[in-house]
Amino acid sequence: MKELLTGNEAVARGAYEYGITIAAAYPGTPSTEILENIAPYDEIYAEWSPNEKVALEVALGAAFAGARSLAAMKHVGLNVAADPMFTSAYTGVNGAFIIMTADDPGMHSSQDEQDNRYYAKFAKIPMLEPSDSQECKEFVGEAVRISEEFDTPVILRLTTRISHSKSLVELGERESVPMKSYKRNAPKYVTIPGNSKVLRVKLEDRLKKLKEYSEKSPLNRIEWGDKKIGIVTSSVSYQYAREVMGDSASYLKLGMTYPLPDELIKEFASQVEEVYVVEELEPYLEEHLKALGIKCHGKDLIPIVGELNPEIVAKGLLGKEPETIKVSIKPAARPPLMCPGCPHRGVFFVLSNKDAVVTGDIGCYTLGSQEPLSAMDTTICMGASVSNGHGFQKAFEKNGINKKVFSVIGDSTFFHSGMTGLLDIAYNKGNSTLIILDNRITAMTGQQENPGTGYTLKGEPTFQADLAKICNAMGIEKVREVNSLDLEQVEAAIDEAMNTTDPMVIIAKAPCALLKREKQPEGKSRIDVDICLQCGLCLQLGCPAIYRDENDNIIIDEYQCNGCTLCQQVCEFDAIETIM
Amino acid sequence: MSDTKSILLVGVGGQGTILASRVLTKGLVAAGYDVKMSEIHGMSQRGGSVSTQIRFGEKVYSPIIGRGTADAIVAFEQMEALRYTDFLKTDGMMVINDYKQPSLPIMIGDAEYPDGIIDELSSKVKTVVFDAADVANNLGNLKVQNIVLLGALIKVMGLDNLDWEAIISREVPAKFKDMNIEAYHKGLELAS
Ligand SMILES: Cc1ncc(C[n+]2csc(CCOP(=O)(O)OP(=O)(O)O)c2C)c(N)n1
Repeated sequence: MKELLTGNEAVARGAYEYGITIAAAYPGTPSTEILENIAPYDEIYAEWSPNEKVALEVALGAAFAGARSLAAMKHVGLNVAADPMFTSAYTGVNGAFIIMTADDPGMHSSQDEQDNRYYAKFAKIPMLEPSDSQECKEFVGEAVRISEEFDTPVILRLTTRISHSKSLVELGERESVPMKSYKRNAPKYVTIPGNSKVLRVKLEDRLKKLKEYSEKSPLNRIEWGDKKIGIVTSSVSYQYAREVMGDSASYLKLGMTYPLPDELIKEFASQVEEVYVVEELEPYLEEHLKALGIKCHGKDLIPIVGELNPEIVAKGLLGKEPETIKVSIKPAARPPLMCPGCPHRGVFFVLSNKDAVVTGDIGCYTLGSQEPLSAMDTTICMGASVSNGHGFQKAFEKNGINKKVFSVIGDSTFFHSGMTGLLDIAYNKGNSTLIILDNRITAMTGQQENPGTGYTLKGEPTFQADLAKICNAMGIEKVREVNSLDLEQVEAAIDEAMNTTDPMVIIAKAPCALLKREKQPEGKSRIDVDICLQCGLCLQLGCPAIYRDENDNIIIDEYQCNGCTLCQQVCEFDAIETIM
Repeated sequence: MSDTKSILLVGVGGQGTILASRVLTKGLVAAGYDVKMSEIHGMSQRGGSVSTQIRFGEKVYSPIIGRGTADAIVAFEQMEALRYTDFLKTDGMMVINDYKQPSLPIMIGDAEYPDGIIDELSSKVKTVVFDAADVANNLGNLKVQNIVLLGALIKVMGLDNLDWEAIISREVPAKFKDMNIEAYHKGLELAS
């Protein structure tokens, strides 16, 4: 039976069919749906870990124990998980161990555009790159085989287009494999220097064997067409190249991109007149070909920045520009926004009126940096708000500058990697204020559970981490809990923070407006046009439900309004009321 | 590939282009086509501009297209129709929902909602324009506006020979089946 699946759904199906029993991940676009689609299989234990390092270590531990396992993350997640990954190349595995990374060329929803193919080479771990959903499923099977045959972790690299495009997949049966037996084996699993020196040599030896495997593996194949042009490519770039060039070129399609098959590449190059490398992001393959002494085109024709598509490839290879329809009017931008009723909005509204530095973090609340709220100074990576803020505060203090510093972080991000920063503030006598925006869910990536929500990935009720107690235990005595939708409470806590010289935490709590299981505000807000003076203060909330109509009257779109009442609270003329 | 057809569904995050594209792809798969579909998740969904690309034919390679190559575009919102016009083939078709949703720069007064979008587009390409919300409300439920738009798309793509009633029946809750089928027929009619 064939089904139309996304790459992520196909990987999940692969995990099921190829006998994986343990899967762990931290959400992150475009990788999130891998675990969400594994979760319904009773045969697989699946968890949201607090962060990617934990996820990778859980899966690695399971592989040591003898189970087939998988850890999934977005590209920047692998930065967090890099430490255990590098050493896992030394120890190798017992049961199969797959590391899924999903890169985001074009930065559709990411803070950077790093090319994780270099991680494979850097960590000396074999890497497979599927080019459609069918391959996503099959390559899980290949990765399992390679992992167990060569005693190595295997990286499976997807990109946004592979993860989120649907194509047809032939479904198969689950392969039930008994777990391998585990025996204590310190020389293999305990990486003290004496052991690692031995493992280091073994690793090089394993790579030689993997290279031989790559030479003859059907994952790397030549598709002959016209031999004037030979295209070396992998992943979704293969699809773009085929789309544009059809049979007017020959293709070396690489499914295993580390180690690369040097002999196969040389043979292909020797049989075509000109070699072109078509790849997204960095010149990873191109550099390799050039090191082999092969003359080729690559980044001289195909951009290094951004996501590719058939148009860009056609322009690079053929110099062809598309014919398009020209219109004389231009659309206004449509940037993403906090939803109507979003509990983050009020906190940023209050912060926007304070003379303070606000170090930010990653989540829906990063939108607090956008107009009209514009209440954020920095965003680097998950967890950085807390430690960046501490750095700002220490720099101000040391240099005699009197300025308050706030850090703003979401609940999931706090559990992910904000806690260590808070410990630093307490330990090293900082006095910045951390605001934890506790919307009871990991919202940005589409509502995933986290240690504070009381549910697991499989939907089972579980213990709920208590933010206030955690902060107290870390050494922060001033912890204030406020209702994010009550501006008076928020303002009072922020004012207290403005005036304190102690480190402080404000837990601003109210459920994400999209979270159905929590109690949400009732009714809708409506502007009484007879009272409204059109001052526009409510518009400064940046709520998608409030706008000026064609007659310049400010109105609230009843259909969009979630009844949070923030607009009523900011209105100085009592012109907005709740209707049921 | 020249026999491959490409369709773009564009709109604003939360407008529910998803059901329409699911029904469409299911129908195309059932008809034996190779199908690929691509959509963008994440940040762009928070009320931002969203697009779904659907390609079908004997053998489809790329899941996405570049400018100037869509056979048809269905725009759930006027300004989004304008934003994606350069993806359309010069002889392509556009189905436009006569609905405007201001974006943030417009709401806070930094930009204006462009005037005359429908006239401009209709002077450049073949368009089918109607107020899907109106049509849907007349049928009894605003939610079926997707299927009205889908019906119009199916007509302009010449795909109305496939058994869409069966596909729609399978994809929507049983109690809304009849209303959705009616919505589909209404869409066909509006594009005829
Ligand atoms: C290392 C890393 N992992 C994952 C992500 C993807 N990501 C961005 S924000 C976010 C979750 C934010 O959740 P939370 O902190 O609860 O804020 P909310 O979106 O709910 O406001 C995730 C998983 C990332 N950017 N970096």
